[in-house]
Amino acid sequence: MRKVALKLEGWGRFTHADCAAARPERFAEAVAGFSAETGQMGICLYGAGRSYGDCALNSGGAVLITNRLDRIIGFDAQTGIVEVEPGVDFRRLVEVFLPRGWLVPVTPGTGFATIGGAVAHDVHGKNHELDGSFGQHVTALDLLLPDAACRTITPSDGDLFAATVGGAGLTGFITRIAFRMKRVPGGQVRVRERRAANLDAFLSAMQDAAGAAYAVGWIDAAARGAALGRGILETAEPASGSFVQPPERARRVPMEFPSIVLNPLSVAVFNEAYFRRVPPDGRTRAVPWRTFLYPLDAIHEWNRIYGRRGFVQFQCVVPFETGARALRDLLELISASHQASFLAVLKRMGAGRAGFLSFPMPGYTLALDFPRGAGLEALYAKLCAITLDAGGRVYLAKDALLDAATFRRMYAEFPRFAAVRQSVDPGRHIQSDMARRLGLQDAP
Amino acid sequence: MSGGQTWFILGASSAIARAFAREAAARGADVVLAGRDDDDLRRTAADISVAYSVSARTATFDALDHAGHAALAATLADTQGVLNVALLFGIMPEQAAMDADPTLAIACLDANTTGAISILHRLATVLEARHSGVIIGFGSVAGDRGRLKNYVYGASKSALHTYLAGLRNRLGRSGVHVMTVKPGFVDTAMTFGLPGMFLVAQPRDVARACLDSAAKKRDVIYVPWFWWGIMSIIRVIPERVFKRLSI
Repeated sequence: MRKVALKLEGWGRFTHADCAAARPERFAEAVAGFSAETGQMGICLYGAGRSYGDCALNSGGAVLITNRLDRIIGFDAQTGIVEVEPGVDFRRLVEVFLPRGWLVPVTPGTGFATIGGAVAHDVHGKNHELDGSFGQHVTALDLLLPDAACRTITPSDGDLFAATVGGAGLTGFITRIAFRMKRVPGGQVRVRERRAANLDAFLSAMQDAAGAAYAVGWIDAAARGAALGRGILETAEPASGSFVQPPERARRVPMEFPSIVLNPLSVAVFNEAYFRRVPPDGRTRAVPWRTFLYPLDAIHEWNRIYGRRGFVQFQCVVPFETGARALRDLLELISASHQASFLAVLKRMGAGRAGFLSFPMPGYTLALDFPRGAGLEALYAKLCAITLDAGGRVYLAKDALLDAATFRRMYAEFPRFAAVRQSVDPGRHIQSDMARRLGLQDAP
Repeated sequence: MSGGQTWFILGASSAIARAFAREAAARGADVVLAGRDDDDLRRTAADISVAYSVSARTATFDALDHAGHAALAATLADTQGVLNVALLFGIMPEQAAMDADPTLAIACLDANTTGAISILHRLATVLEARHSGVIIGFGSVAGDRGRLKNYVYGASKSALHTYLAGLRNRLGRSGVHVMTVKPGFVDTAMTFGLPGMFLVAQPRDVARACLDSAAKKRDVIYVPWFWWGIMSIIRVIPERVFKRLSI
């Protein structure tokens, strides 16, 4: 496996790492290369580079990029179970299976993410309350362990499965994923959009819509005072009709934007326009699945909008009981900081989770981007403190700034993860910048 | 492309070949994936049969096993419908490594030139007898001019260009079309992480351009197309100037 010196970055372009990277195209080459690594800093797995922070980076160590291991290796049209290599992405599964009436059961907001990454972060979508996390749809995984043994594991395998799903790739190299797709009646989804004037209106509208198949809220994080927490609630139901998706018309952000483009005024103008896009009494329309699931995928390399400085995404979940108060505190802090960019995303989550380090819990999840700037670390730490006080946690797939102590208090099942990790990888064959930062490779 | 097409793909483990096989299958063709890594080829074959509902099978092919080429070509003689061939294999050792170890230079020529001509010469006879089909051969922009940084690889592809031109002349008389493809930089294992790459094309775009151009019976194409302009300039630089350049 040929390794080259490469500077890799997370999607937020906030953290960079000089790594010895390999991108095998043949399966056997990847397996041999993973096991043959002997460097002090270990090896980490990197999919499509869509995680925001440093979870797939390994400064001074090896990185195995999996996105060329991209084959669908089986599909059973009776059960809907598909088997894939880890580098297959959501876009391809939608492209191949939607015309036959099958959809991925759970998907993150970008179709460029890989299925290997989806397992490693136990990702969720706009249907979490009803359908749970991605890992709950997994029926089997092939896991190449740090000692080069290959195991097929299923949900009934207990701790190794639960440590692997959501385990940030730290228990082994996931080389095959089998999971259950779901039936949909057509290629479109009926989307209802309505305005919410403030946070209370938003939360009660979300509560009323809790039975919707898909629900997502877009919040104007720059709004203050009486308008704090205003936004658009989008709910959606699968619709019948043609499976044909319109041709993709993607644009590419041609260059890194100068930092000045993104400022409090441009953000306020954009958010105002986005809010007013939806008429006061709402609207309902049918849109193709792909447009609904992956709105930002039509703008390739949108992360360049933040310029060379990069950005971090903060995503937390707070329990329903303490959530309304915590969200208000978070939004007040954010709007007062004038550091928020464009839109924030607010969703409800259910209890569904499949791993010890899975992010979801019943409650509200809030996500938003902050361009790199003075005071960002301090602001992020305050947001984490509010989240922790409310009994919530931040999402590792997005995180670049959390500290190890706060992490442990947020993730109560970490000791169970650490016990598995100690038993399968005592020699720290697998490492990452995030694992070192958060102590994910430490003893329980 | 109409039904009843089969693409026989030589060197099917590479990223370009995988993309080519998928694109051909998406257009309704059956594929035969030939190469050395059978486990890997079976994975690609599974992908293609699941995703495109066409027949995808594998065949063992080693460019250096000249003796086996005749038998392999013979197995294709009774293929139903139109048989097409895409030759996509090649190796590109670093020039410095070949300068230090001439056996590497010979290995490069063995695979890219001798191996290619060995299998194509056998397949040419098969297609000639069938009076139909297309042969796509992958050369390289590196074959257009002997450059300091890549001249052995360039020589191996330059020889292939000449061979394909002659084969085009010969097989055209039997209704078989031969197309030479000269790719520029493509995002593959061959170029991954190499310094000095620019305007790098994705394998899928290269595959599409090849199939579109083959359907139009183009003779020689550059992919992406703008490499025609770049190489036109590079070709006209006088040798007494060119020999001092380090491009």
